[in-house]
Amino acid sequence: MTDLPTTRIDLKGVLSASAPTVAKEDHSEGMSYLQSVPRRLVTLYLPLLIIVVVLLFPFYWMALTAVKPDAQLLDMETYNPFWTWEPTFKHFYKLLFESYYPRWLWNTMYVAVGATILSIIASVLAAYAIVRLRYKGANLVGGLIFLAYLVPPSILFIPLATVVFQYGLFDSPLALILTYPTILIPFSTWLLMGYFKTIPFELEECALIDGASRWQILIKIVLPLAIPGLISAFIFCFTLCWNEFIYALTFLQSTSNKTVPVAIVNEFVDGDVYRWGSLMAGALAGSLPLVILYAFFVEHYVSAMTGAVKE
Amino acid sequence: MADIVLTPTKAKPQLREATAWDQVKHNRNWLGFWFMVPAMGFLIFFLAYPLGLGIWLSLTDTKIGRVGQFIGIENYEWLWDDAIFWLSVTNTLLYTFVASAIKFGIGLYLALLLNENLPFKAMLRAAVLIPFIVPTVLSALAFWWIFDSQFSIISWSLKHLGIIDYNINFLGDTTWARICVIFANIWRGVPFVAITLLAGLQTVSPSLYEAATLDGATRWQMFRHITYPLLTPIIAVVMTFSVLFTFTDFQLIWAMTRGGPVNSTHLMATLSYQRAIIAGQLGEGAAISSAMIPFLLAAIMVSWFGLQRRKWQQGENND
Repeated sequence: MTDLPTTRIDLKGVLSASAPTVAKEDHSEGMSYLQSVPRRLVTLYLPLLIIVVVLLFPFYWMALTAVKPDAQLLDMETYNPFWTWEPTFKHFYKLLFESYYPRWLWNTMYVAVGATILSIIASVLAAYAIVRLRYKGANLVGGLIFLAYLVPPSILFIPLATVVFQYGLFDSPLALILTYPTILIPFSTWLLMGYFKTIPFELEECALIDGASRWQILIKIVLPLAIPGLISAFIFCFTLCWNEFIYALTFLQSTSNKTVPVAIVNEFVDGDVYRWGSLMAGALAGSLPLVILYAFFVEHYVSAMTGAVKE
Repeated sequence: MADIVLTPTKAKPQLREATAWDQVKHNRNWLGFWFMVPAMGFLIFFLAYPLGLGIWLSLTDTKIGRVGQFIGIENYEWLWDDAIFWLSVTNTLLYTFVASAIKFGIGLYLALLLNENLPFKAMLRAAVLIPFIVPTVLSALAFWWIFDSQFSIISWSLKHLGIIDYNINFLGDTTWARICVIFANIWRGVPFVAITLLAGLQTVSPSLYEAATLDGATRWQMFRHITYPLLTPIIAVVMTFSVLFTFTDFQLIWAMTRGGPVNSTHLMATLSYQRAIIAGQLGEGAAISSAMIPFLLAAIMVSWFGLQRRKWQQGENND
């Protein structure tokens, strides 16, 4: 089992063996000119269109439901359900001014930022030590951290609940800030290890000769060069925190302490047939911060997602 | 000359011996240790320790608010005769296999499509990833509404197309409920598979395809003998993650069906939550979640040996 890291080296070898430069520098149109337009229409554009529509439809439906007046929501015969001419912001108003929603958003943000910062600090130190200090057993520790990535929260939440209870952290945001890093550290350590490896060794050697300590090297040389990696790790960790559900569901109890995903599932779901509007408004408002963040950092996102897998 | 070189030995005592403190400050191993402290602290206290504690809890009769006694494998014996537990195991396996296989198929297909020369390529790729960004629970709620028994848009559309004449009870019927949660899981997982495989595809040199075309290869042959072999390592990693996270899925089911109707969508994770936290039987819940470990190990082993075989085919020493 501890040999797992060899898989990553194998992968890296395959992925970075001269091929990427060829693929990236080649701006020619490839061989697509060999296909006629109608053929491309059927084999390429049509399936792509169907898949993209299916992938995006739930969001359209979410947004439409959130702005539809209640009467139109349930009467599907007199009004066309796919569109509305009288959008209303009643559901959002109710959400923001007549519920704990702002409070839940704040909780989620607070927990996500706290856990992310803690994990990034721990991961930077760990990744730097594994890649550049190369202490005895560094590879073994790297492999163990990779294994930690494979331990899912669903088998940890029961014992963690007892631990959280013992430490008196039950129903406090601190419980989440301290437990989320177990999900985030393995991922961001592997991501940052990949980035640190790309920084030329010579820079560090020069600094060492000039009398810099390891700590100074890390702060003044390595980190500024690894900023893209740090941004990737940060936004990805943030997204994972925002998405986390089972720990938040288990460790938090009082309504005012909940995070958005848990609160929406538990507090908004009641027998009311008119709940759909505010439920969807809540879901939409809860996803919006992440979608906005994503829109600004698409490239970092993709590199975070593929980077951790490649390494 | 030799004397002159040898005389400065007197100056040497000025260099003091490295004290233990210097060792701690500059020795590679000690430095490494200090740098590892925060990460290892988190992982040991909140991951390794709970993992062991979970297995211990599964051997006790702990309940919420009551310290348990060691009872050996009684929890497991009890689960062995528990039909609902076995139903959840079957559900989990079904859910994992079907969802992972379809996710892989559609994901690979989508990756191949996105790898073509397309207008608005970057925008398309960004749009495809959105289901992965939005918190699972929130999109699961959207599916809950789409699959509503009375106001489902799918039922409405099918009725107006004249295909059915009554509403489909999507989440109330056992077979439909299973199909719906699997569909939602596939919907949520395809972007991840597609985008990571796309990253792998982009590293395959186009000249290989050009050469194959000149040799008269068909599209299928090109896929089978160029794309697929070069992608195998990344496929193994992506599918390990996909299988792992599908197997231990919790939030999608909890938001959509909570295990119902009649336990037909209960996965091992949701059942352990129900038994441990809602019913308060921590020991039994821990036994259910510990029962997932062998399956997870098997999944990891399969992908690992998949990679090993790949390595053997390529010959040694390519790392």
